Amino acid sequence: MKYTEDHEWLREEGGIVTVGITKHAAEQLGDVVFVDLPEVGAEVSKGDEIVVIESVKAASDILAPLDGEIVEVNEALAATPASVNEDPEGAAWFFRMKVKDASALSGFMDEAAYLEMVG
Amino acid sequence: MSALKRLRLHDLHERLGARFAPFAGYEMPVQYPAGVMKEHLHARAAAGLFDVSHMGQVALRAPGGYEEAATAFEALNPAAALGLSEGRQRYGLLTNEAGGIIDDLMFANRGDHLFVIVNAACKEGDLAHMRAHLPAAVQVEEIGGRALLALQGPAAEAALARLLPGAAAMRFMDVAVMEWEGAELWLSRSGYTGEDGFEISVPEDRAEAFAEALLAMEEVLPIGLGARDSLRLEAGLCLYGHDIDMETSPVEAGLDWAIQKARRTGGARAGGFPGAARIHRELEEGPARRRVGLRPEGRAPMREGTPLFAAAEGGEPVGAVTSGGFGPSLEGPMAMGYIPAALAEPGTPLWGEVRGKRLPATVSPLPFRPSTYKR
Repeated sequence: MKYTEDHEWLREEGGIVTVGITKHAAEQLGDVVFVDLPEVGAEVSKGDEIVVIESVKAASDILAPLDGEIVEVNEALAATPASVNEDPEGAAWFFRMKVKDASALSGFMDEAAYLEMVG
Repeated sequence: MSALKRLRLHDLHERLGARFAPFAGYEMPVQYPAGVMKEHLHARAAAGLFDVSHMGQVALRAPGGYEEAATAFEALNPAAALGLSEGRQRYGLLTNEAGGIIDDLMFANRGDHLFVIVNAACKEGDLAHMRAHLPAAVQVEEIGGRALLALQGPAAEAALARLLPGAAAMRFMDVAVMEWEGAELWLSRSGYTGEDGFEISVPEDRAEAFAEALLAMEEVLPIGLGARDSLRLEAGLCLYGHDIDMETSPVEAGLDWAIQKARRTGGARAGGFPGAARIHRELEEGPARRRVGLRPEGRAPMREGTPLFAAAEGGEPVGAVTSGGFGPSLEGPMAMGYIPAALAEPGTPLWGEVRGKRLPATVSPLPFRPSTYKR
């Protein structure tokens, strides 16, 4: 598992990266009430705002961590947005993307570095 | 952050695990570990304790007692202050010459004086405005040294009555002075949640003990500013600076119920408040735009600033959302905003543009959820 400075976790399997947010981020967001997901097939560039998470407090963006194509989104979040609070690093993943360059993943933090960042 | 003021009960909030954020110059508890959703639902199901000590408590005193203070206050406020019985409270407004709203407030007849509670962000301006425009004989006294707590929800009466048995006999918008362990408390049966409940002014040096006595009760949980906002929005209540401001008139805002007959055209004390010409005209002819409730379809909230359209495609915006979010008790999004009066009928379809997409919404009656005041 790799982590971004924007509190996303990335799990790579065979060139496909699954993306979600960390427990720490979910706690900071508060109760999630709606998740706006990207279209399957969308070509995205690193840094694009591709997911919007609405909590009871505010809207937050999730950025594409890498260049690639969205190959799957977690449709279950439409009916159960609260699962982002309950199981952010498991059932509540947001999307899967086919990345152009899987080696770019090595540039992200590992768990120890991420935990150090959030203190 | 250094300029932010701290509440007297800051340490208590910290011990309770509050997360803080700046609001109206104060470092305010926004939520506790339960989180906004659970806090909101708890206040609807049992009782919630809010620290609203950032609000302003003001006494207007005059040699001629309440009557003189009330007569003077009517020159700044379209609500009737004369004729308000001792021990009763009313919602009022400070209006400007253009008929806009300087602040909304609660005022009470406390026998020998008129007691006012104003919004935190407007406090300094309100005091200056009142001092500048009330006659010299009326003394405007900002009351320091008192915290303000609100206890709201269906279990509020039972909880408070354990400390103050007399509170149970109060009705909605009654005010009373009661003693608790030697401290003088000023109570009103009112709030900002749509629930039955009380607002209690407590001497600062006793506020922590009083709050702890309430929090020790099983049905009472501390509630932060986050849930206070979703509770008031479900109750259809305006937030100053968002749903009402210097430009919006009381009639546009749907606050005409706050202007009693005596202050309207043909009334015993018609007009005589700033902006009366516009406000009377709008009362008689109807305003060009109105504040309405909106229920967005689906689950995406329409936040403050969301432009509103009369059609799914094309055309210019007809208005905008002034408050919007998710209603935990409604289990869906809710919003308020201003639109042309012709579109204000409940059931009218509208579209809000969220992240470049026009999403459908329906004009809805306010409040979104019936209030449960003990009348």
